[in-house]
Amino acid sequence: MATQHSRSAARLMIAPAVFVLLVWMLIPLCMTLYFSFADYRPMRATFEPWIGFDNYVSFVTSSSFTNSVITTLQMVGGILCITIAGGIALALLLDQPIFGQGVVRILVIAPFFVMPTVSALVWKNMFFNVDNGLFSYLYKALGLQPYDFLSQAPVFSIVVIVAWQWLPFATLILLTAVQSLSSEQLEAAEMDGAPGWARFWYIILPHLSRAITVVILIQTIFLLSVFAEIFVTTNGAFGTRTLTYLVYQRVLESQNIGLGSAGGIIAVILANIVAIFLMRIVGKNLDN
Amino acid sequence: MGRITLENVQKRFGEVEVIPPLNLTIEDGEFVVFVGPSGCGKSTLLRLIAGLEDVSGGEIRIDGRPATDLPPAKRGLAMVFQSYALYPHMSVRKNIAFPLKMAGMDQAEQDRRIAKAAEALNLTDYLDRRPGQLSGGQRQRVAIGRAIVREPAAFLFDEPLSNLDAALRVGMRMEISELHTTLATTMIYVTHDQVEAMTMADKIVVLRAGNIEQVGTPLDLYREPRNVFVAGFIGSPKMNLLEGEHARAHGCKTIGIRPEHLDVVDSGGTFTGKIGVAEHLGSDTFFHVHIPGMAEPMTVRASGEVGLRHGDPIHLAPQADKIHRFDDKGLRIS
Repeated sequence: MATQHSRSAARLMIAPAVFVLLVWMLIPLCMTLYFSFADYRPMRATFEPWIGFDNYVSFVTSSSFTNSVITTLQMVGGILCITIAGGIALALLLDQPIFGQGVVRILVIAPFFVMPTVSALVWKNMFFNVDNGLFSYLYKALGLQPYDFLSQAPVFSIVVIVAWQWLPFATLILLTAVQSLSSEQLEAAEMDGAPGWARFWYIILPHLSRAITVVILIQTIFLLSVFAEIFVTTNGAFGTRTLTYLVYQRVLESQNIGLGSAGGIIAVILANIVAIFLMRIVGKNLDN
Repeated sequence: MGRITLENVQKRFGEVEVIPPLNLTIEDGEFVVFVGPSGCGKSTLLRLIAGLEDVSGGEIRIDGRPATDLPPAKRGLAMVFQSYALYPHMSVRKNIAFPLKMAGMDQAEQDRRIAKAAEALNLTDYLDRRPGQLSGGQRQRVAIGRAIVREPAAFLFDEPLSNLDAALRVGMRMEISELHTTLATTMIYVTHDQVEAMTMADKIVVLRAGNIEQVGTPLDLYREPRNVFVAGFIGSPKMNLLEGEHARAHGCKTIGIRPEHLDVVDSGGTFTGKIGVAEHLGSDTFFHVHIPGMAEPMTVRASGEVGLRHGDPIHLAPQADKIHRFDDKGLRIS
């Protein structure tokens, strides 16, 4: 009886939170769905509440859509590669006993606390700037022609900026995973004659696989919606237009709310497909 | 093929000397047990031999060859860890194959050795399972399997049975003893359990605070403990150690009487007291006897069933030739 009571009490008490969450999530989603089937261009004072799937068709068939999907995948893939490779390397380094370990660890985490807009501006002006950027000085010091990162390698530049921000996250999760590896396993491998690389490949890396999948899953979800870094640095030019950015441009630059909403719904669907795939992989990995 | 010599081997962690210079020879094919209370340095000593810790001084020789500076893998020793240290993401087969793979052995030879080890350890049906799907005893056997396929010069066991329940421990104890008779390879076994030491060892090394207190066969240690520490440590239940007037009567500082060397007599006897706790095991009966004027209760082991209970008066007579005498420094007087 007590459990019955407490269960219904719990339901009652959690109800407001669930309600607020639902409203917060459902109303914008429903509005977007509604607009996506409408021809809604406020600047031209057009509002046609139902035009069927026209918005979807024109969004998907435009050449910028395919390009933006490719750009998104390149960006997310590049960032994931850098953060995971770098995260593993940093985690293994930070696991070593060093002087001032606590301070070093805080410093490593620091980039995560910097707002995306700020870090993008810092990178843009301090590092990538052709005239005054540190990289330009470095190139000049080496007797080379300064390289304009943001216009000549724009996707790579944004990947570097976002990877720099997310590296601490990957490092942190992988570090805790590294620390949970029993030292006896490594010693056993050492006794079994495994040299350093084999211990990394056969013992440490499989042990980290679970943490790596978690990092991939969480980062992918956040990286699909990268926006500020693109907005601040290239404004979507030079082929840095991701799906998120395309939706933004359709809604705010072209003032075509219907088209943008359709794009938003497509982005949600694509993100969910990715999420389902990742969930399956992670689920499999977490099972054993 | 497995004679291990330690010459003045010592280990310091910073300022703390864990193992003062120590000499020990382990003969080929011997089953040597390092036994001692926790923190006595027995595991450290084993890790020094394995090469997982660097010695602070002295020399280790394996089969006459200096091994002090060799990395663990080059010493030709295999180790079974307390936590088994199996690789959780590999199947049993891959776990056992790992040292062979690392040695670059060809596949056919690997398969042959794995099959042989699996058969010897009753693991054939489990080769494709993961360690997580095995019971404690099976995991233990996989760990042993991983050690034996390498055909090492010596096996090192670091408290391998302490994670098993009591019944399984007795079974595994026998299996390891049998393995030793079939393989006839040197084994060094670390434990804090003196029963394991007594039942398995050819030679017991009793350690205390990094010092070797005594080396000998189990029965040597039982019959002639060199000092009070060994006397109290070897034997179950523990030896009764008495000081004061009883010891002075024998002309020494301390006398030791094993519980099984005290006879229960109807009257008279040297000690008279009241039974505190009586443990009836059927085959034996243990009495904890409170004797006036003695701080610790005295433990008595009587064979068979004895019809005495809590609170009954009891008379005890020690067997005169089985009394151990120790001097002021705790050393045996023979």
